[in-house]
Amino acid sequence: MKRFVHLLLPMVGVVLAVLGWWGASVLVPDLPSPLRTWDESRLYILEPLVKRGETDQGIALLAYYSLMRVGRGFLLGILIGTPLGFLFGVSPLVSRMFDPLMQVMRPISPLAWLPLGLILFQKSEPAALFAIAVCSMWPTIINTMMGVRAIPQDYWNVARVLRLSRTTTFLKIIVPATLPYMFTGYRLSLGIAWLVIVASEMLTGAPGVGGFLWQEYNSLIYAHILLAIITIGLIGFVLDRLMGLAEARLRAI
Amino acid sequence: MPFIEATAVAKSFPTRRGAPRMVLKDVSFSAERGTFTSIVGAMGSGKSTLLGILAGLTTADSGSVVVDGEPVRGVRQDAAVVFQNYSLLPWFSALENVRLAVAAAFPGMSRNVALARSRAALEQVGLGNAISRRPGQLSGGMRQRVAIARAFATEPALLFLDEPFGALDALTRETLQQDLLRLGSSTERPVTTVMITNSVEEAILLSDWIVPMLPGPPATLGAPIAVQLPRPRSTAQLAHEEVATQARASVVATLTALGRRGRRFPGHGGEDAMHSLPVAARETR
Repeated sequence: MKRFVHLLLPMVGVVLAVLGWWGASVLVPDLPSPLRTWDESRLYILEPLVKRGETDQGIALLAYYSLMRVGRGFLLGILIGTPLGFLFGVSPLVSRMFDPLMQVMRPISPLAWLPLGLILFQKSEPAALFAIAVCSMWPTIINTMMGVRAIPQDYWNVARVLRLSRTTTFLKIIVPATLPYMFTGYRLSLGIAWLVIVASEMLTGAPGVGGFLWQEYNSLIYAHILLAIITIGLIGFVLDRLMGLAEARLRAI
Repeated sequence: MPFIEATAVAKSFPTRRGAPRMVLKDVSFSAERGTFTSIVGAMGSGKSTLLGILAGLTTADSGSVVVDGEPVRGVRQDAAVVFQNYSLLPWFSALENVRLAVAAAFPGMSRNVALARSRAALEQVGLGNAISRRPGQLSGGMRQRVAIARAFATEPALLFLDEPFGALDALTRETLQQDLLRLGSSTERPVTTVMITNSVEEAILLSDWIVPMLPGPPATLGAPIAVQLPRPRSTAQLAHEEVATQARASVVATLTALGRRGRRFPGHGGEDAMHSLPVAARETR
């Protein structure tokens, strides 16, 4: 009974939200109703892998482009962020040196980084990756750093008593002890990377869910905007769950 | 010349506000090669701090620690430490925990030899069929067995035990004490052991010498008491032996008498008694 209710309640929530959407579409004539949205988006959902033009593509293809872009940007972000996190974690000196800078750079919007990326790299694709990496690496840096600092004295004692070399200490103690924190950082970073994708695709006009959204807005096909929004939300949710699973497995050790 | 010799060691820790708290003051300690010395005292009396200083994990504010003629700087290559909370790495199997120590102690050793050696060390403590388990899958007693195996696998000349059985139940404690006695007597070269404990019985069972630690702060050491009982010893035997009874009586007497004196004269009197003690301790040796 309880399980049934737990499954039913989210459904009720969705139904209520759709009703609200429907109500809003009655009040605002430009906003497509749920039914009209489905009618106009059907082609994209039912033929998700068909490519009709540069941005006129099935939703799965668009999502794939966006995911690839986010994947590369995110990878770049954590490739830079993880070593920095370890460095800040083990060296209070370095961390004190860069902490204020980090606090200032962290709240800068992707919309602000993107033009800088365009100036730096001249092309839109590297600029998008730059924006994603720069915006998404902070949680990785901070969580990795916290993870290193949270290593119990016991483990440091092991390293000292066994007289482990720096490399061995790093590989056998610091990395395994920090891994759960690192993955929390990765999960948060991926979330941010996915947020940034829309902004960067909008500004660069690259094919993807975000680019599609902006183009359809300009073409006045508002139903597709809603399609894009729902797609972005669902993919973001799935990504977060997947990273959460990986994280939970690491914490179980 | 004693194998371990600490002279006039002092250590204080900063407090959040006000003057730093002096944990040890003018503490001197010595142990001959191959002997087993227990430092017995109440919880929070600074025993672990002293052991940390002897082992090279902590540096003293003043005074000197010399082992085998060399001043101690960091943990020695030939030293092993067993902590109360096991200090095993939870992400590795029991075998890998021991192998890590073996590989670090014998850098030239091949992986297979190191593995065989680690396996043998675990078999010695009766964990032959639990070598692939992680610490999280082992009971407290088994974890401490792994830690003891890890210590002995490196063939240490010096063994520091920081309340090794403090977190264990009475029955497990007893079997582990026997394991420790057996391992200590079966090594090729003599192991000089310093153990911290709050159990007088445990100290009598395992040690050649018992040094009472008198609570401070700052803590000081009482005169060493010899335990001249033949080995192997057993807990049952200790209950009847005259020597054991005498040792027990003098340890308890030192701990309570000086504790009371320190309390009654928190100013000069107490300090005076503490100053004179380490000197007396050395003379009785």
